[in-house]
Amino acid sequence: MDFALSQDQKLMQASLVGTLERICPLSRVRAYAESGEDVAHDVWRGLTELGVPGILIDEEHGGVGLKLLDAALVAEALGGHVAPAPFLGSAVLAPLALMNAGSPSQKAAWLPRLAAGEALAGVAIGEALGAARDGAGVTANNGRLTGNALFVIDVAGADVFVVADSSGGLHLVNSGEKGLTAIGLTTIDLTRRLGELRFDATPAEPLDCAPPDAVLARLRDAAWTILAADMLGAGQAMLDKAVAYAKERRQFGRLIGSFQAVKHLCAEVAAELEPCRSLVWYAAHAFDAIPGEASLTAAHAKAHLSEVSRFVARTATEVHGGMGFTDLVGLHYWFKRVGLDRQLLGGPERVRREAARMQGLA
Amino acid sequence: MDLAYGPRYEAFRREVSDFLVAHRERFPRPGARDESLAWQKLLLEHGYAARTIPREFGGFGAEPDILESRIIAEEFNSAKAPTGLAGQGVSMLVPTLLEVGSDEQKRRWIPPTLAGEIIWCQGYSEPGAGSDLASISTSAVEDGDDFVINGQKIWTSTAAQADMIFCLVRTEPQAPKHAGISYLIFSMKSPGIEVRPLKTMTGHAEFNEVFFTDVRVPRSQIVGERGEGWRVANTTLGHERGMLGDPNAAETRLAAIIDLMREETAGGERLIDNPVLLDRLMRLQARVLSMKFNALRLVSARLSGEPAMLVALVVKLQGCELNHQLAALAIDALGELGVLYGESPHLRDHGGWQQRYMFDLGLIIGGGTAQIQKNIISERGLGMPREPKSEG
Repeated sequence: MDFALSQDQKLMQASLVGTLERICPLSRVRAYAESGEDVAHDVWRGLTELGVPGILIDEEHGGVGLKLLDAALVAEALGGHVAPAPFLGSAVLAPLALMNAGSPSQKAAWLPRLAAGEALAGVAIGEALGAARDGAGVTANNGRLTGNALFVIDVAGADVFVVADSSGGLHLVNSGEKGLTAIGLTTIDLTRRLGELRFDATPAEPLDCAPPDAVLARLRDAAWTILAADMLGAGQAMLDKAVAYAKERRQFGRLIGSFQAVKHLCAEVAAELEPCRSLVWYAAHAFDAIPGEASLTAAHAKAHLSEVSRFVARTATEVHGGMGFTDLVGLHYWFKRVGLDRQLLGGPERVRREAARMQGLA
Repeated sequence: MDLAYGPRYEAFRREVSDFLVAHRERFPRPGARDESLAWQKLLLEHGYAARTIPREFGGFGAEPDILESRIIAEEFNSAKAPTGLAGQGVSMLVPTLLEVGSDEQKRRWIPPTLAGEIIWCQGYSEPGAGSDLASISTSAVEDGDDFVINGQKIWTSTAAQADMIFCLVRTEPQAPKHAGISYLIFSMKSPGIEVRPLKTMTGHAEFNEVFFTDVRVPRSQIVGERGEGWRVANTTLGHERGMLGDPNAAETRLAAIIDLMREETAGGERLIDNPVLLDRLMRLQARVLSMKFNALRLVSARLSGEPAMLVALVVKLQGCELNHQLAALAIDALGELGVLYGESPHLRDHGGWQQRYMFDLGLIIGGGTAQIQKNIISERGLGMPREPKSEG
């Protein structure tokens, strides 16, 4: 019985954190957020040196062939550094879609380039998961897509898109394709680029999803788990910052961290957050090793981390006092990061209803 | 990461589950003391109680093995089998004696305690010493071969049935507060002891107050050295915090609520079909899973000898709160039926949900209040500064 990270996983975490501290300090995040650049290529290159883009891609296609738990550890580190990196689309969802439903030639065309960090992928699956807003939705007909998709993940700079149609089928669309328009959507979180895709009889290659919903459900479970891991990392970073601040800030002649009013806030955050780590680990492990529990634990990880990270974000901001509210300290980047993670692919209320349905309770 | 226990442990699991199937008709009924003692005897023989206590003291003498203990707990839980005796004698006094008791004390007290022949109560808290336990004032003054004890204890569960008490007393009134305490064991039948039931908000007296007036205790019945009582008591206080907030109990309770919400209807609608109640249920299910997996992580850390830190420190705070919230959901889901109590008609589950809802509030306070837990988490888990010491 071993419910802990392996030595290799701990080493990977340490080298990731070391690299991110070097290539992705808050000043770099801020520059990305304020400039509106599409992709932080320097950050992605640095991560590519560690094999991050190919983490899930099999070795045959140039990847590292690791599991979702390893990807969740990467997501945790990225969330911790509010890193501008197209990880969810390019390194998790597009590779999983291709590996589960791609033809040999589709795999050969994209997986090696994704693994090498040479190509980027956006992913549009929100409407197919039952959350269409403003009439959005994509229909497929004779190899062409029509309609639009909102909240497309990692849209900026993508070379290829994985797009779900309204019946759950998946398609590949090249970014330069005629009849495709990509539009940025400005969100509170400026560390990642979401967008809208509009399709006008746009040529698309279908992926082989049989039965159609099965692959989509795998993508959903993976996405929920990775978003939960991103919130875990962001939450831990906010707690660490709050504790550090409380140990250096003095008022009334004392460190504020010696006041129970302040230390109890930090204790409540830690008490909520620490068990979340186990929930995220379990959901990620279940994705590959315990299929019967994967969907339910992914749903609970997504919904629960959404609630906990909101509490952490708000509380950590309060512990920082007025400084927490300023742009200077930059805590708001984490605050907004978990704000986006919370809503993307289903806010907690919707995800909990899904969790109930999975158990036949709704 | 590998959640399998492996073949050796799976064989052990079958052994435990076969035992429980074979002896199902010997499960003691609640309150039947003879049946309970016979069951305890059977469990001791098979090593499903006092498994790691040396044989010379009436235990089974197995090497400590975290996974074996866990498997026993899991199998007893899933078979709804009564566990071995887990009163304060077995869970608090025996480990303390094993660690710091004299050979004579171990031989004299451990075997009959394990057999259930001696019932113990714990004399720690006082009206003036709750969270600040080290400020106890019950005095023990030397007089010849005896200590003479005067004072009062509170929150003493099982005091009315207890044969014996293990008790913190102040032997060195001049010493700093932690240094003046001794740990004594003595008979509850001693002259000068009065037990008064302490009725709580549940309407039952789950606790007692115990008054000592010139109670004489032989000096030989001290455990550890004189003035060392604080350290002696602390060998097992951490153990108590681990027991409170057990995620197995939360999981069992969640399953019972799901059954309840599927079976009960209000206005013809099943409770589970109320979307607000269902959302609350799902929120709590996520918490139950988090604490269950947190417990897995704790076991794993203990197996590999890694420090568990926050993983362990949060269990009491989060687990007790979770149990309370689960009971709250059950009584809210029951609506008007949820307020029925006592022997009322239409009562559900013998009033158990309302009883647990109230008693759990006591558990959030007892065994180290939620606020004390937060001090511990922030100071030991997060390295935050201590509150400056006040006078006294």
